[in-house]
Amino acid sequence: MSQEQINRAIAKDYKAGFTTDIESDTLPPGLTEDTIRFISEKKNEPEWLLEWRLRAFQVWRDMAGPDWAHVNYPEVDFQRISYYSQPKSMEDRPKSLDEVDPELLATYEKLGIPLHERESLAGVAVDVVFDSVSVATTFREKLAEAGVLFCSISEAVQQYPDLVRKHLGSVVPRKDNFYAALNSAVFSDGSFVYIPKGVRCPMELSTYFRINEANTGQFERTLIIADEGSHVSYLEGCTAPMRDENQLHAAVVELVALNDAEIKYSTVQNWYPGDAEGKGGIYNFVTKRGLAHTNAKISWTQVETGSAVTWKYPSCILRGDNSVGEFYSVALTNNLQQADTGTKMIHLGKNTRSTIVSKGISAGHSSNAYRGLVRVGPTAKGARNYTQCDSLLIGDQCAAHTFPYIESKNPTGIIEHEATTSKVSDDQLYLCQQRGLDPEKAVSMIVNGFCKEVFKELPMEFAVEAGKLLEVSLEGSVG
Amino acid sequence: MLSIKDLHAEVEAKNILKGLNLEIREGEVHAIMGPNGSGKSTLGHVLSGRPGYEITQGNVEFLGKDLLDLDTEERAHLGLFLAFQYPVEIPGVSNMEFLKASVDAVRESQGASAYDTVSFTRRAREACAAVDLDQGFLKRGVNEGFSGGEKKRNELMQMMLLEPRLCILDETDSGLDIDALQVVANGVNAMRSESRSFLLVTHYQRLLDYIEPDFVHVLAGGRIIKSGEKSLALELEAKGYSWLDEGKVA
Repeated sequence: MSQEQINRAIAKDYKAGFTTDIESDTLPPGLTEDTIRFISEKKNEPEWLLEWRLRAFQVWRDMAGPDWAHVNYPEVDFQRISYYSQPKSMEDRPKSLDEVDPELLATYEKLGIPLHERESLAGVAVDVVFDSVSVATTFREKLAEAGVLFCSISEAVQQYPDLVRKHLGSVVPRKDNFYAALNSAVFSDGSFVYIPKGVRCPMELSTYFRINEANTGQFERTLIIADEGSHVSYLEGCTAPMRDENQLHAAVVELVALNDAEIKYSTVQNWYPGDAEGKGGIYNFVTKRGLAHTNAKISWTQVETGSAVTWKYPSCILRGDNSVGEFYSVALTNNLQQADTGTKMIHLGKNTRSTIVSKGISAGHSSNAYRGLVRVGPTAKGARNYTQCDSLLIGDQCAAHTFPYIESKNPTGIIEHEATTSKVSDDQLYLCQQRGLDPEKAVSMIVNGFCKEVFKELPMEFAVEAGKLLEVSLEGSVG
Repeated sequence: MLSIKDLHAEVEAKNILKGLNLEIREGEVHAIMGPNGSGKSTLGHVLSGRPGYEITQGNVEFLGKDLLDLDTEERAHLGLFLAFQYPVEIPGVSNMEFLKASVDAVRESQGASAYDTVSFTRRAREACAAVDLDQGFLKRGVNEGFSGGEKKRNELMQMMLLEPRLCILDETDSGLDIDALQVVANGVNAMRSESRSFLLVTHYQRLLDYIEPDFVHVLAGGRIIKSGEKSLALELEAKGYSWLDEGKVA
């Protein structure tokens, strides 16, 4: 197969690229203290939260955006972004799904998200964030029986203020980084989960994020607290319409796993990546971090195929003794997409263990970088890390980079790092074609094989979805 | 079934095939022998449509179709199979998954329905046993960490499951010990039928002790310079190739 055929095979079509015609209340672009006051007031927030936001805003104004990542993009003009957009019909919050705007429901249907509980046989409870507002949370009653709290963060602020106040910013402090500070100032909505002591959450919890309005940023904030001995698996999916302008997504996700608790967080990210010429697409600048107490386990699994620029490092702070951190990642870039993604494993407790498996796939003219930090602190006696970092190149115009950082301050730590780079070879494609497979099917099969170790970490329905997503993302890219 | 006329082909701007003629009818087994660098493997790749092999002259008809006009996978759909001399690895893609996708693709192209998982699994297990590979190989990545002999047997297993009309074996015998050679030969012999033909590319007459060919051809300098029956192979074994000079086209 020729280079040309391969290129044709990865030329891709973004299938979630429709817009929804809904009247929205969108705040005019611009960011001042008044913007923050507006958002806070709109959400009827308590005084402490407004103060918290304003403090974050002050901090943010004195900070500069990160310039160390291996990505290039024009400077973001934060005054040209709208920081709040809410579908008009949400003005009076719907009490049930029947009251939700049918257009909005149709949007989610198009995305294949079963919002109606009766359709949702898979038993996944879904919270949906559309632009800035959380639209509906399904299965709430069933979850309540188990004592699980799953709602939008705005609602949690009203109903469970103590939990929110105690944990918000406890894992990702406001001044952590430029985008985390921005998010802390202007976050509009997001999901909140609390699993009580000893409870195993009876179903997968899930959030879908969608940016609809033009020139809107999405700044959701997710807070998941797993109390002692509890267990939860959480899925996150994202899409956005095709727009010529770049849109900003700067989310913060905080996970708190108390003693003996386990949190599994899976993401399938399919934000609009821009067109083949690199026009438009989402800037995905996200801070995700989990704090693991004694014997707790935090596992991040991500499949990233979207966004024009991705800057994202889901991390684990292994504070408690014997705590475990895992990071399984597939990041695919095509056309002119750029990704700088990886993880941080911070070992503080004794006998803490972490595993990193990163699979980067570059096609087209894209650039894909893995950046990972493994730090073993002086107190982390007997810490262990295993890192495996593989890159797969499709075609000869793309790039893959690996930036591993290892800091060990305890001589008993054991850190292993393995890295490989390979190419979808002409011989592999020839073999597949000789056996009757067309080039696209062949590439998707080879890529899926490459990702297998990560896919098996995903909940089953998601593993299938992830495989299909890769197939779509690779359309027209065979090279 | 296969009719090759005056075939000229080059690889990296080098002429390899220089006017090759060959007729294979249904049910026949042809062996192609010849010195190193004579173009034996090139012939197999040209027929199966490997990228980078350029046809400069001639034509090939396969089952009534202009073969050279078809994409690689279309040739496979038509029933052309090439057992590779050096099969590549596809890490992470299980043999079973690969076989199913491949058989499905070929059957779909022929308008046949796909096998359900249960009956396909049964067929795959049978094929696996027939080539004397442990069932565990079905779960392993395609050729991943296989020994040379295991790779060759894996090729044969694919051939059995795909049920092609024309099987081209590119030095499938090289690097095999005598037991493995026998397994391959038994597999091929079991597949012989009135409607299926074979083209065996080999260096050694040894293979032909186990698979009896209808015709033997000598390929040298990009052309077939002598054709004969099985006895020709024995003659070559005894005398080598030097007594044949390229001018003497059979």
